[in-house]
Amino acid sequence: MVVQGKVHKYGDNVDTDVIIPARYLNTSNHQELAAHCMEDIDKDFVKRVQPGDIIVANKNFGCGSSREHAPIAIKASGISCVIASTFARIFYRNAINIGLAILECDEAAKDIQAGDEVKVDFDTGVIENLTTGKKYQAEPFPPFIQNIIEKGGLLNAINNRL
Amino acid sequence: MGMTMTQKILAAHAGLPEVKAGQLIVAKLDLCLGNDITAPVAVNEFERCGACKVFDKSRIALVMDHFTPNKDIKAAEQVKRVREFANKFDIDNYFDVGRMGVEHAVLPEQGLVGPGDCVIGADSHTCTYGALGAFSTGVGSTDLAAAMATGTAWFKVPSAIKVELTGKLSKYVTGKDVVLHLIGMIGVDGALYKSLEFTGDGVAALSMDDRLCIANMAIEAGAKNGIFPVDDVTLAYVNGRFKREVRIFEADPDAEYESVVKIDLSELRPTVAFPHLPENTKTIDECNGQVKIDQVVIGSCTNGRMEDMRAAAEILKGRKVAKGVRCIIIPATQQIWLDSMREGLFDIFIEAGAAVSTPTCGPCLGGHMGILAAGERAVSTTNRNFVGRMGHVESEVYLASPYVAAASAVTGYITDPATL
Repeated sequence: MVVQGKVHKYGDNVDTDVIIPARYLNTSNHQELAAHCMEDIDKDFVKRVQPGDIIVANKNFGCGSSREHAPIAIKASGISCVIASTFARIFYRNAINIGLAILECDEAAKDIQAGDEVKVDFDTGVIENLTTGKKYQAEPFPPFIQNIIEKGGLLNAINNRL
Repeated sequence: MGMTMTQKILAAHAGLPEVKAGQLIVAKLDLCLGNDITAPVAVNEFERCGACKVFDKSRIALVMDHFTPNKDIKAAEQVKRVREFANKFDIDNYFDVGRMGVEHAVLPEQGLVGPGDCVIGADSHTCTYGALGAFSTGVGSTDLAAAMATGTAWFKVPSAIKVELTGKLSKYVTGKDVVLHLIGMIGVDGALYKSLEFTGDGVAALSMDDRLCIANMAIEAGAKNGIFPVDDVTLAYVNGRFKREVRIFEADPDAEYESVVKIDLSELRPTVAFPHLPENTKTIDECNGQVKIDQVVIGSCTNGRMEDMRAAAEILKGRKVAKGVRCIIIPATQQIWLDSMREGLFDIFIEAGAAVSTPTCGPCLGGHMGILAAGERAVSTTNRNFVGRMGHVESEVYLASPYVAAASAVTGYITDPATL
């Protein structure tokens, strides 16, 4: 799978409370959640974001609450991939489980700037900054995870066992 | 190579003689948990994948604690969805208003989790049960849905940081100060993907309420879990309470740790985490009397237990909440509420000018029952002080122990309880 889009850039420790504030967690409707995505860190995000865009952030992206509403809001807002130096572990798990593509790559996370056009190949883990021409190598998903993503999420992956 | 305590519990639940850090395993679960925010999403997923039965109706806990008693129509509809699911599958441990408590207080109290367990919960503070010598970790709603259907979950076996505790805590220093100090040392991602394994002579003198508070905030250092050895304090707590067999696991003497953190408990001071990260810690001596506040919250899965209520009462007895400060006290479970009432703590709270609420997570996550306006500051015994956590994006949350929170309520400034 290959995705391409414009970058929205954030710093360290972007927590799930700013990705989707708890005041909006009285719904699980994906579009309602997307309408408030990143509201407390970047209130114009929902106006700027275009389908296929990419979020790039530094360390510990998605720290805090276990709310799956956070990756759901990001995915439903049209984001095709999140690249970060590191992810908080529950967010990492949730993103895979709901089929939001994520990649850890410290070099890319630090280099890539807001507004850059970036292309990501998930099969090879190659991240290409089309604006600067620079390429980065991220670790592609291990087979165990690829299986979950290929089946369209954890629930589909376990379906044959039910 | 030996295994850590966490690795031994995971190996036992995966049916493997040994596991290594980084290994992917599928483990059997003793219990899985959801709340009124995460369970509705899990119920949707459960139904979408075509599951027609739950793996074991006695091993699922659904606790309606975050926006309850229902704060608005949407919240009421979310709870209704979970209630109908619980009725349909005759879930034994469905906790609604009247029986409900803050999930990580109510599950240990009711004996639903205990030593040697492997537990997941769709709530990040599920790591609390490590205090009892269990492996427990927070996951999302999809993991919960899969767990409710299969009774299993996949894990990447974590490596570990050993936290060696020595000495004894001084007066007015609590488990909250220990964990804030630790997070201040290693940072909010200092234990990312790892276990925090607490050991050392200092453990024995820590009460179960202190241990539950410390394990609860392991996630605030990014940890997968925090875990305490099983000792006399644990066994005294679970005896007559825990309904399954107690299984005691110990780390091997040659277990591998990525690093060792040493904390002398006798050297710790009351500690406060400043906005907007739990790692922004200062000792009370660095901030005493310097930060004016508008609200105090004493409660939550971190500090809503009996010892916390008694600490607040010790400070508030015969004193008044400062003019211009709202002090909200929330016993975390119905049992703690009853015990607090019978001990006369509510007389102390109410005579001091504090409000006492029914159990709820409410203000901790900016849900209801104590939202902050722009520019307002709260001292809170909860676990997170992120931007906008308790209300407006321009409000501020300072994390502290019940002693410090209550003392701050009395003066209107962040205050060392010893100086009252």
